[in-house]
Amino acid sequence: MAPAAPKSGDVIFASVDRVNAELFTLTYGAIVRQLITDLEEVEEVNKQLDQMGYNIGVRLVDEFLAKSSVSRCVDFRETADVIAKVGFKMFLGVTASVTNWDAEGTTCSLILEDNPLVDFVELPDTCQGLHYCNILSGVVRGALEMVSMKTEVTWLRDMLRGDDVFELQVKLLKQVPEEYPYKDDE
Amino acid sequence: MIGVGKAKQYANVLDRPIGKGKQEVTIDSTSELNKDLVQVSLSAFAFLFSELVQYNQIQVDNIAELERRLEDAGYAVGARVLELLCHREKGSRRETRLLGILSFIHSTVWKVLFGKVADSLEKGTEHEDEYMISEKELLVNRLYARFISIPKDMGAFNCGAFVAGIVRVRTALDKAFQIIFNLC
Repeated sequence: MAPAAPKSGDVIFASVDRVNAELFTLTYGAIVRQLITDLEEVEEVNKQLDQMGYNIGVRLVDEFLAKSSVSRCVDFRETADVIAKVGFKMFLGVTASVTNWDAEGTTCSLILEDNPLVDFVELPDTCQGLHYCNILSGVVRGALEMVSMKTEVTWLRDMLRGDDVFELQVKLLKQVPEEYPYKDDE
Repeated sequence: MIGVGKAKQYANVLDRPIGKGKQEVTIDSTSELNKDLVQVSLSAFAFLFSELVQYNQIQVDNIAELERRLEDAGYAVGARVLELLCHREKGSRRETRLLGILSFIHSTVWKVLFGKVADSLEKGTEHEDEYMISEKELLVNRLYARFISIPKDMGAFNCGAFVAGIVRVRTALDKAFQIIFNLC
């Protein structure tokens, strides 16, 4: 495990309480179904899923930092590694791999071969534009924003649309320095 | 499951093997079903469930409507769990009699979903057709105790409505089941 993360994802996953992944999968399916029935527009559903994921990510990062006791990441590369190895493992029980770094080191791809959200799922023809796992992109975006990184997260490859893996592209837009709620000289 | 998708794409979704998941260390490894369980963390499920509740809260004006929506979501889950379990467990034979279904829910379904058998299955005394499945520590209400707090204006709200929906679907008979959830 990288020296930055004292506890590996497996260890943490073994120590948290767990539930049956199928319950999780089916609950997520119920959520998506409700959204599609209510909103009807696939783009709206995508946006709503992203927003829900964002809300989750904002809170999830606190738990992540508390349980995993990783030290501060030096750069974006390390951040991406930690997300893929520790973060995904801790919550979803699967590891992602990080690839496709661009020249500046601000964009990378997280590859998921195994995704508990999409077991038993197939997209019907009416919903072809739907990013079924969009909640994940929201989670990553929300979590990173809470640690002062503004990112843009998009899906490159989607297994439900016929690709062979899930590929999530994470692009660092800018790093926002921490703002203190009070002025130092007051 | 997904591992299969990597190897080859099936022409028809119905041909895809359901699979039993990967070998994992589980909370309760005594049953045959649970030995191959894939799991996610409780907090992941908690977050997801909270989003479900929050989303529905915005859409409705009162508690009864919210409970009904949660129950509908649970209903969808229940229908699928039923099919899945019948296929895996019993070689695709479904219970059609009342007691059969209730004991199926009580043991198998509860075990797969929540990791343990429900606490008890009793016949209610007030009505002819009343049965009670009791559960001291409902998973959803365990979330309840840990992660959820109820604002004062929603005193009667019960997240168990979600589980009630899961149970509701098992009515293979004509009788309508009324599911009432009581917090122990």
